[in-house]
Amino acid sequence: MSQVINIQPVTRIEGHSRVAITLDDAGNVADTKVHVQTFRGFEKFCEGRPVEEMPRTVCHICGICPWAHHLVSSKAADRCFEVTPPPTAVKLRRLMQSIAYVSDKILNFYFLAAPDFVIGPDADYSVRNVVGILQAAPDIAKKVVHMRHLGAQMLERFAGRAIHPTFSVPGGVSKPLTEQDRQSMLPEAQELLEFSKFSMKFAKENVFPKYLDAIKSIGVIKVGYLGTVRDDGALDFYDGKLRLMKPDGSYEDFAYDQYLDYIGEWVEPWSYQKFPYAKKWGKLNLALENPVGVYRANCLARINVADKMATPLAQAELEEFRAAFGRPAHLTLLYHYARLIELLQVAETVVELLNDPEITSTNIRVPVTAKAGRGVGCVEAPRGTLIHDYECDNDGLITKVNLIVGTTHNNAAINLSVNQTAKEFIKGGKYDQGILNRVEMAIRSYDP
Amino acid sequence: MAVNVVEDWLNACSGCEISILNIGDPLVDLLPQLNFVHITALVDHKFYGQLGEGKAMEVPEAVVGIVSGGVRNEEQKHELQEIRKRTKFLISLGSCACYGGVPAQANMWKNEDVFEKAFRQSPSTDPSPNPEHPNVPKWTPTCAAVDEVVKVDINIPGCPPHPDWIAEAVTGLLQGKTSWSLPERSVCDTCPVIREKKSGGGPVKRWLQNMEFNPEEGLEKMRCINEQGFLCMGTVTLAGCAGKSGVPRCIQARTPCRGCFGPIRKGAQPLVEMMNSLTSVGLDPKSILDRRALMNRYTGGHGNLKVLPARPAK
Repeated sequence: MSQVINIQPVTRIEGHSRVAITLDDAGNVADTKVHVQTFRGFEKFCEGRPVEEMPRTVCHICGICPWAHHLVSSKAADRCFEVTPPPTAVKLRRLMQSIAYVSDKILNFYFLAAPDFVIGPDADYSVRNVVGILQAAPDIAKKVVHMRHLGAQMLERFAGRAIHPTFSVPGGVSKPLTEQDRQSMLPEAQELLEFSKFSMKFAKENVFPKYLDAIKSIGVIKVGYLGTVRDDGALDFYDGKLRLMKPDGSYEDFAYDQYLDYIGEWVEPWSYQKFPYAKKWGKLNLALENPVGVYRANCLARINVADKMATPLAQAELEEFRAAFGRPAHLTLLYHYARLIELLQVAETVVELLNDPEITSTNIRVPVTAKAGRGVGCVEAPRGTLIHDYECDNDGLITKVNLIVGTTHNNAAINLSVNQTAKEFIKGGKYDQGILNRVEMAIRSYDP
Repeated sequence: MAVNVVEDWLNACSGCEISILNIGDPLVDLLPQLNFVHITALVDHKFYGQLGEGKAMEVPEAVVGIVSGGVRNEEQKHELQEIRKRTKFLISLGSCACYGGVPAQANMWKNEDVFEKAFRQSPSTDPSPNPEHPNVPKWTPTCAAVDEVVKVDINIPGCPPHPDWIAEAVTGLLQGKTSWSLPERSVCDTCPVIREKKSGGGPVKRWLQNMEFNPEEGLEKMRCINEQGFLCMGTVTLAGCAGKSGVPRCIQARTPCRGCFGPIRKGAQPLVEMMNSLTSVGLDPKSILDRRALMNRYTGGHGNLKVLPARPAK
């Protein structure tokens, strides 16, 4: 008789999902499914809202990456009203985004992912968590709690809010950065950069070497990648063109408003989350041996599609990473490595922007008039490319919204990685908590 | 001796959980006092057994239950009822749990219209039937606040709630204080801006331009946002977003309050009161487009936002 293993809820991730692993009569894996169980309906209930209210409405899509949704919405709103924010406004948006992402990457690496690596994948679940880390490595844990919070405090002191911000508006931002603000942020930014350097070194010396085998067995798939690059090919979180890379490393670049030509969304009856796929590669096929149309987003995807990083320390790390794993690097657990390379880039960007003389200019918003239009905005959220597509009427009220957000891009890949991991480790009906945790480690790599 | 706690997010965004982490350094001392027997965000406890062998959801016993998010589907409803049964005190954390929150704006549409849009009217989506599977929970008729489903002992509103209040309410519970609430004050009561009880009059301005202020000066030198002619929800919104000290958070960004802490008193009518408040400074509140949703942005549960009968064609 077949047996179903229910992993519910999937933990140390954001949101509601469960994994069902079906075993055949011999106790081998016949099928796996990752069921995403929630659906909220933003695309419908944003209809009728004034465009200028969208950036501070859609931020509520995600409480971990509200700045990403806040900014992508501002960019879509800029396009709807056909306005171009002044250079300083763009720099301030980038500054806030970069600070927020420093906190986000610290959160993911240390609070969500590290328990599997620092405490160990087979440790009892009661200690395989951040409280366990507090006991096992109190000095590092205290530092981590402090550093993640420091970024939040920087955002709050200046922009009022770290979670669900209101700072970015169509045509610019709501307030300028004063010299006093800048002076108070600079030493903190330096502190975050030092901690980012420490994190990279710590991981390379103490975490990654122990898991060289795990990297080759957990979540391993070979698919394509999506990310944002500047004109010079460097990774950019705020603006640029989209780059869709095939598993063999060849790629096509396209502008935001061409996304419908490249990306389709498939619906399966067993998940609320859709399955975006690369339209030009053929009909989506989730067969593990020969998947079609599947691509991934988030950090590993970004460092694969980018020709280079945008800052020097991150670039040095990318070169070392590529020497070891090639381009594109396909091993799923490398997401954690890629995340720390990105941590360096965002931390370096914060310091760089604060040292930019233009950052304190008071020219921060252009005049905006409500009008009918359409705007497609994109940014790179920590969890992947965000696409917000709005249409509005003559009063500037929203008539249509289409959203493709970070983790949704990874839905097909997460399902493939879970399938691969379950098949790799569960054989003849034998499995234990450590093995089921490895299935979740495959999911956690994507930081969904 | 640590106290057992169950925490979970329902129809939520995880911002409340991040706000728990934003307690910051004091968290290091608070965490060991709390034994999280379940917290999806941080600990690998499973409702269907650690080996996935269970056939039904089992929520562990605990002294304190904390839930964020409203109730949007049958499984969330079931989980919430189970948490209520197995915990002594239940905390509703955040405005989704307390009032339905932003996702309760969906209550302005029929459920089938929301699904129609997402699965058949999206330009990027291959039109498909709605997902339907035993592991994909069906929507409840509305997006509800937690206290529409079970009894709640402590409500901590806010989007997100300020870490000061989370820490105060939870440490209070650990010391045996079984009730907690914020004082009935408005955001304006804690806002330092200059008020003269009048505006330039006329229609309420769209938020297409920034407030007037000198960035080198503090908020105490800036004119009230309503009196500058914009919609600011401060007069009808419960104070507390900035915690025990500090100025209201959205005002700190020089942006209008959007009402995230909900009404000052239970049963208040923010829409009616806000319209009156704008009138009292000489503004024409009927000039605001979309006022029903804007003034119930976080409070669409409890029947505050619902499907209106279709208007006759013009």
